Amino acid sequence: MTDLILTPNIDGADDFYAELLTAHDGLSKEDSDALNARLVLVLANHIGDRKAISQAIKTAKLGR
Amino acid sequence: MTKIFETPLYAYKRSKDQGAGAPIRHKVVIIGAGPVGLAMGIDLAQEGIETVIIDDNDKVSFGSRAICFAKRPLEILDRLGCGQPMVDKGVEWDVGKVFFDDREVYKFDLLPEEGHQRPAFVNLQQYYFEEYLVNRVRELEAAGAPIEIRGGNKVTAIGTHDDHVTLEIDTQEGSYNLEAEWLIPCDGAGSPTRKMLGLDFVGRVFEDNFLIADVIMEADFPTERWFWFDPPFNKGQSALLHKQPDGVWRIDLQLGWDIDKEEEKKPENVIPRLKAMLGDDVQFELEWVSIYTFQCRRMEAFRHGRVMFAGDAAHQVSPFGARGANSGLQDTDNLAWKLKLVMEGKAPDSLLDSYNAERVHGAEENILNSSRSTDFITPKSEMSRLLRDAVLDLSEHHEFARPLVNSGRLSVPCTYDGSPLNSSDALDGPARTRPGSACPDVPLGDDYLLPKLGGKFTLLTIDADAPDMVEEDGITVARLALSVKDDKSGALKARYMGDATSAVYLIRPDQHVAARRPNYDDNLFRAAIRRATGKE
Repeated sequence: MTDLILTPNIDGADDFYAELLTAHDGLSKEDSDALNARLVLVLANHIGDRKAISQAIKTAKLGR
Repeated sequence: MTKIFETPLYAYKRSKDQGAGAPIRHKVVIIGAGPVGLAMGIDLAQEGIETVIIDDNDKVSFGSRAICFAKRPLEILDRLGCGQPMVDKGVEWDVGKVFFDDREVYKFDLLPEEGHQRPAFVNLQQYYFEEYLVNRVRELEAAGAPIEIRGGNKVTAIGTHDDHVTLEIDTQEGSYNLEAEWLIPCDGAGSPTRKMLGLDFVGRVFEDNFLIADVIMEADFPTERWFWFDPPFNKGQSALLHKQPDGVWRIDLQLGWDIDKEEEKKPENVIPRLKAMLGDDVQFELEWVSIYTFQCRRMEAFRHGRVMFAGDAAHQVSPFGARGANSGLQDTDNLAWKLKLVMEGKAPDSLLDSYNAERVHGAEENILNSSRSTDFITPKSEMSRLLRDAVLDLSEHHEFARPLVNSGRLSVPCTYDGSPLNSSDALDGPARTRPGSACPDVPLGDDYLLPKLGGKFTLLTIDADAPDMVEEDGITVARLALSVKDDKSGALKARYMGDATSAVYLIRPDQHVAARRPNYDDNLFRAAIRRATGKE
């Protein structure tokens, strides 16, 4: 079990962000939402660590 | 008070070429006395190349326009003999703040790396920048250097030939013709020269308007860059506040696409916007107001035979990242030494094609970065805005999101990876000084490395042996011998050696690395000199 990484951890942050935006190019809002949902599931599986995933969910809720 | 940008600095004067029987042929003609044209002229004239700069105007830039000048252009200006006045007058800043909605989400310090003579950035109005360049031109003229600025001269027709270019020029006293062996148009994004030659300028249009207001105010705002995403005083848009010399503040307000530009520019509309931003009790005076839209685009090729385009005439970027004038100066830095060698017959004409290859590479990098910043600042779709806002929300509490916030990736010099002038990297050294890189500065006691490199080919040896002078097919390369012991801060080792215990660098006149190896090898360095001058 590892703690969620909340410091910069992606080399080439701008490239990553551009790739993410490009993936949404030309999609309807509905299709974009679906893409994001699939992406969350794929990434969560890659992380695997339940504790980290729980912390990630809490972080994304902005403490609310 | 008359502002410097209202004073003619190179008023029209009749030149001896007017009324000459046959057109006079000059070595180099530069069109446009902006930052890029002036820097180009100074670079060539310092090398003894006869240069005429032509401009249809007679004054420096109206309004502040470009205000943020980066380290590399300042280093180039040092080589041109006018870096110091820019730094003396300019405002240095390190701290930036990012606001989202009604709150400050985070603050950053650029934490500039130690051991450089020049700061990461100075803010300086373009009119001062141009004035100091004009001063330098006058200084060179007084010392007998072959340079001349002709104000009130407008190019109306251009003819291109194999070995020269013809120009028809309009003045208040009528038109005249002249010829140039080489023509360098630096006449801005709207380049009339480019249009006269029927050349392309293709790219992406951004459907947005920005209001720039320069205000003079006695305010206690710190010397920081403040950037707002979606602030209460400009809902759904962005805003920027940045300090310039003389108590002038640059304010940039995004207005959106569907506006009446003439209406928005009127003081009665601008002032309430500024009051909403600055607060009702702040006293200010408007110095300059302008509305701009922008595009990210470039010419397919910067070189067309005897005509070489530089600066915004060749490539245009959004202002986010200060990559316009800064990259234009890197164009001139790249072109001047190559043109000199070709004119002297010391390098083949094809060396000039590498200007095209290297600076197109630079322009692509700048266009990519400034387009990305623009897409972050003004999201083009609902999902793009949601992701942008998610990044900003997370950035308030989590460091990881901050590198994703993009309000402009500030100009850094381009590394010419893959340039035909590079020799393959043979040193197990730091990536930042691989062939193609602009040399990072290093402190050397009371002095610095870059002034010692100057503007000639140099063989930099660090704890390595080499001849004091290498001459290869007309190119003379002098050695600069250093030891890691010359720099107690350790920067020389960190920036040029890494794990290596000795290093030899071949450095170009524009202070970019052409080749590096752990030791001097006569055959290989001679080959590197030939390659760096377009002979291999």
